[in-house]
Amino acid sequence: MIKIRNLYKNFDKLEVLRGVNLEIKPSEKVVIIGPSGSGKSTMLRCMNLLEKPTSGEIIFKDQVINDSHVDINKVRENMGMVFQQFNLFSNLNVLENLTLAPVMRHRLNKDEAETKAMELLKRIGLPEKVKNYPNQLSGGQQQRIAIARALMMDPDLLLFDEPTSALDPEMVGEVLELMTELAQAGMTMAVVTHEMGFARQVANRILFIDEGMIVEESYDPNDFFDNPQEERTQQFLSKIL
Amino acid sequence: MTVSLQAIVDFIQNNFIKDDYWKYLTNGFSITLQVTFFAFLIGFALGIFLAIIRVACKDLSPSWKTPSGFLINLLSKISNIYITIIRGTPTTVQLLIMFNVILINLHNLKIVAILTFGLNSAAYMAEIFRSGIQAVSAGEIEAARSLGLSYMQTMSKIVMPQAFRNCLPAFGNEVITLFKETSISGFIGLVDLTRGAGILISKTFRAAPPYFASALIYLIVVLILEQIFHALERRITHD
Repeated sequence: MIKIRNLYKNFDKLEVLRGVNLEIKPSEKVVIIGPSGSGKSTMLRCMNLLEKPTSGEIIFKDQVINDSHVDINKVRENMGMVFQQFNLFSNLNVLENLTLAPVMRHRLNKDEAETKAMELLKRIGLPEKVKNYPNQLSGGQQQRIAIARALMMDPDLLLFDEPTSALDPEMVGEVLELMTELAQAGMTMAVVTHEMGFARQVANRILFIDEGMIVEESYDPNDFFDNPQEERTQQFLSKIL
Repeated sequence: MTVSLQAIVDFIQNNFIKDDYWKYLTNGFSITLQVTFFAFLIGFALGIFLAIIRVACKDLSPSWKTPSGFLINLLSKISNIYITIIRGTPTTVQLLIMFNVILINLHNLKIVAILTFGLNSAAYMAEIFRSGIQAVSAGEIEAARSLGLSYMQTMSKIVMPQAFRNCLPAFGNEVITLFKETSISGFIGLVDLTRGAGILISKTFRAAPPYFASALIYLIVVLILEQIFHALERRITHD
């Protein structure tokens, strides 16, 4: 689905990513953990070129997307992203938030988009919020709608950048529940998170990133948490578990 | 002291009614409104254009080597210089330069005034729009781009609507400032409301009535403009 080859990213003199290699296959759920400042969010943001890689290649569905000839908007249509701060469009109501991209990008006409939006709102349990504006919703509701907004484009891959970190504790559950449901439905997901319970339950691969490199990688989440191999991973897990 | 009704009637008669004196004020007021309105249109359109050029240049940081990049960079540099000069010099001097130098062959005073005030207001509106655009959440812009929307689509659907909302109070101020600033039109001999009052004084030799009357007219229009902008603000906020 997506391959990262030898990815480097500098912000001025600061080296944030120092040679990351990763391949995510269809319907894999990859959870990325690591201390703050380790580069995990930057790596995720490089995947849809919200950050431009300093060097290296991002290959999405057999196309090198960080090539200047690629129409990045076309690529992003197939790659959804969910943000820590939800980032719903504050000048648009819920329905308009959901239908904007598919209509503007000519995926669906207005009626089709509205029908699909209503279906998704029912699925996430918020059909009555269709005419509300984002500032009238709780954080958990906003984030579920942000996920629905990404789903409107039928993405092949969903990127989650700490989707529950800005939520009040009692709202984390509803968002994780929706993400778990998506995972079970076969969505390909890359999730940066601090929710270790979610990682254990949903991930089929865990990456531990520190200082811009993948330090440890495991296809067995329970084993990863119970028997971390690297000393750096052990230190990190001992602090947060 | 009692003021008889007759005295008030005489006062109005002598200062405003006699020889159609009031027409100096109403004709002048009409000129003031026309100059303000057309200057506003120029200032609004050019102001948005200048703001978008500067923001786009900053967002996209285009290369000087491509033709479109060269154009954006060049226009952005010109905008910066333009805004600096307009904001750094008095409007009265700009008006006199336009009248006596740049547009010396243009004999329509109204158009000279409209162009001057329009070009002047554009610089201020550009700065207002720019701050409104920059106050839009970077996260929402990223979210729009992450869904595949282009820079221009994001601008038109997310950034500009929010920028208008953000800058509406400052924008209202600028319209009021523009309206009042047209009162210097008399410097080039255009008979606006203020100059109309001046001419009236030269007929009646009484300064207070025409000046207070014109001040009252300015005040009433400003109050109306304030109400319009308050209503606009209420309409476009969803809080």
